[in-house]
Amino acid sequence: MSKPFTPKVVTANSLLKGDAVWLTEDDGWSPDMHEAELIEDEAHADLRLLWAQSQPHLVVGAYLADAKAGPMGPEPTHFREAFRSRGPSNYPLGKQAGTPAVEA
Amino acid sequence: MYQYSDFDRDFVQARVDQFRAQVARRIDGSLTEDEFKPLRLMNGLYLQLHAYMLRVAIPYGTLSSAQMRQLAMIAERWDKGYGHFTTRQNIQFNWPELGDVPDMLQALADVQMHAIQTSGNTIRNVTADHFAGAAADEVADPRPVAELLRQWSTDHAEFQFLPRKFKIAVTGAPSDRAVTAAHDIGIRILRGEDGEIGYRVLVGGGLGRTPVIGKVIREFVPGADLLPYLEAIVETYNLLGRRDNKYKARIKITVNETGLEAFRAKVDERFALTRARFTGIDQQILAAIKAQFPEPAYRRLETGPYEAALTTDPAFRAWTEVNLAAHRQADHAIVTVSLKAPGETPGDATAAQMRALADLAEAHAYGELRISHEQNVILPHVPKAALPGVFRALKEIGLATANVGLISDIIACPGMDYCALATARSIPIAQEIALRFEALKLEHDIGPLKIKISGCINACGHHHVGHIGILGLDRAGVENYQLTLGGDGTEEMTLGERTGPGFGAEAVVGAVETIVLAYLDKREGPEETFLQFYRRMGIAPFKQALYPDAPKRERFVAA
Repeated sequence: MSKPFTPKVVTANSLLKGDAVWLTEDDGWSPDMHEAELIEDEAHADLRLLWAQSQPHLVVGAYLADAKAGPMGPEPTHFREAFRSRGPSNYPLGKQAGTPAVEA
Repeated sequence: MYQYSDFDRDFVQARVDQFRAQVARRIDGSLTEDEFKPLRLMNGLYLQLHAYMLRVAIPYGTLSSAQMRQLAMIAERWDKGYGHFTTRQNIQFNWPELGDVPDMLQALADVQMHAIQTSGNTIRNVTADHFAGAAADEVADPRPVAELLRQWSTDHAEFQFLPRKFKIAVTGAPSDRAVTAAHDIGIRILRGEDGEIGYRVLVGGGLGRTPVIGKVIREFVPGADLLPYLEAIVETYNLLGRRDNKYKARIKITVNETGLEAFRAKVDERFALTRARFTGIDQQILAAIKAQFPEPAYRRLETGPYEAALTTDPAFRAWTEVNLAAHRQADHAIVTVSLKAPGETPGDATAAQMRALADLAEAHAYGELRISHEQNVILPHVPKAALPGVFRALKEIGLATANVGLISDIIACPGMDYCALATARSIPIAQEIALRFEALKLEHDIGPLKIKISGCINACGHHHVGHIGILGLDRAGVENYQLTLGGDGTEEMTLGERTGPGFGAEAVVGAVETIVLAYLDKREGPEETFLQFYRRMGIAPFKQALYPDAPKRERFVAA
């Protein structure tokens, strides 16, 4: 039996800057994970990933990442995605320099 | 230092121009990412967790003051004001934007540097003993050979698509400071029976998921045969190496699966062919390269001020005791500048620090700097008379930490703070260990102890050969750290042994403290180092200290 589907977001790195970005409901790419589209349906997730992969002029390496609903919007469930959403822990650089951190 | 020939200059410039056009074509959509990726990797450009990362080669770890200043300029202009020195004598810039990378490569080319073959399945940056040309115990300077290998391997048509990446290190001294036994090919310069220079060649070493200590494939390769012999090894590997499984593609697996004897026989067969191809031009080139690595015109200064400072300044004295190494000239010293101040990121230097180091090298070290695989900066030739002034200047820029070879001189890979391959973070663990032992004020009592941390199984942090090795893993969605003990990266290379179940991020620093306290408690005296103690007592006392309830715990894990 296959694993039950868990909610996802589509994420990638932007082509020019290389920073982490998330696919929004209105087909945009946001540098803020809270603005991502939280996908609860597996078939829809596949379609959204395909769509993301058709955006090579904007993003690189799109994939589906586990996420959960939070008060501000989607939140990471794994520490790797949490780091991507805020930046490195040794300097206040990356997203945490501009936007509030997203806790796992 | 080696100066680029017209050929080198034209080649590097052509690569910059090519890459500029490739980036433009990627941005305007003419190249897909699948097409572009191998091109960017050939030029050292990775895509990491938060940004692109440009890995720049520092061939055999040698830099001039002018090159160091240019690295500072690049860090400030196109990055975020700092750079990270790696365990393979590279520097990594963590925040470049794609459109700026061609300008960064141009700025590197302007000072005879490049990022070519710092990635991909090619022969990577050739590394060497960071004390090369200065160490008192050296047979010969390894850098001319390393430069010859750089020229030979750069854009070598046959070796651009090897089964997997390929790393070469050279040492010219019996004390192996270049970790040669952990390289695909390790080269140790030695003298033959008649005093002539030759090379002991090791093959099939490597860390990563399958750590293997390099094996001697040939005890003594005469000087003129080195390049054809290495070409024979790489050709043999290129044919035999597995391309079906990335995890079995390194030469260490090829040698193990083929058997050393059979592999050696195949290399000898190829060698008969390669040797005939080399007509001696390589030796002419090597001779010309050697002429470019003259010893500095040593300044003869009275060592009085140095000796006076030793008696009047205890902080200076403490620093000299651990951060200096013996120079072949009695009135000079090799200075290791620690990039490991407790709480800082191992291997990171700010642009201001890079400039200050460049100035210091210019004023006191004949304009030369080195980067060590242990992520420190070396001033290879400093007159002893200049040491008090160098120490004062280092203090002003926060680089006078007296901890070289001690517990806070930690190797740490970037880990999951930057690296897309990482499974856990390394940097915060290193920072916390250094701060913990600083607070305990035990560092100098503990004595020589090398901690090496990798944030994934690929082992960029050399954890297998740390006296205490730490490997960060993702265990069911939580960072978990496995400990190994008794590893040694020197000429007596030993792989560490795992202590047992790993520790969470919140517990691993405490576990390291437990290990160190067990050593301090049971050692014969301060003269017995951690490694000697481990070799005498084995892992048992540490296991006991770490897992006092071991039987219960194992039952729990089994259930």
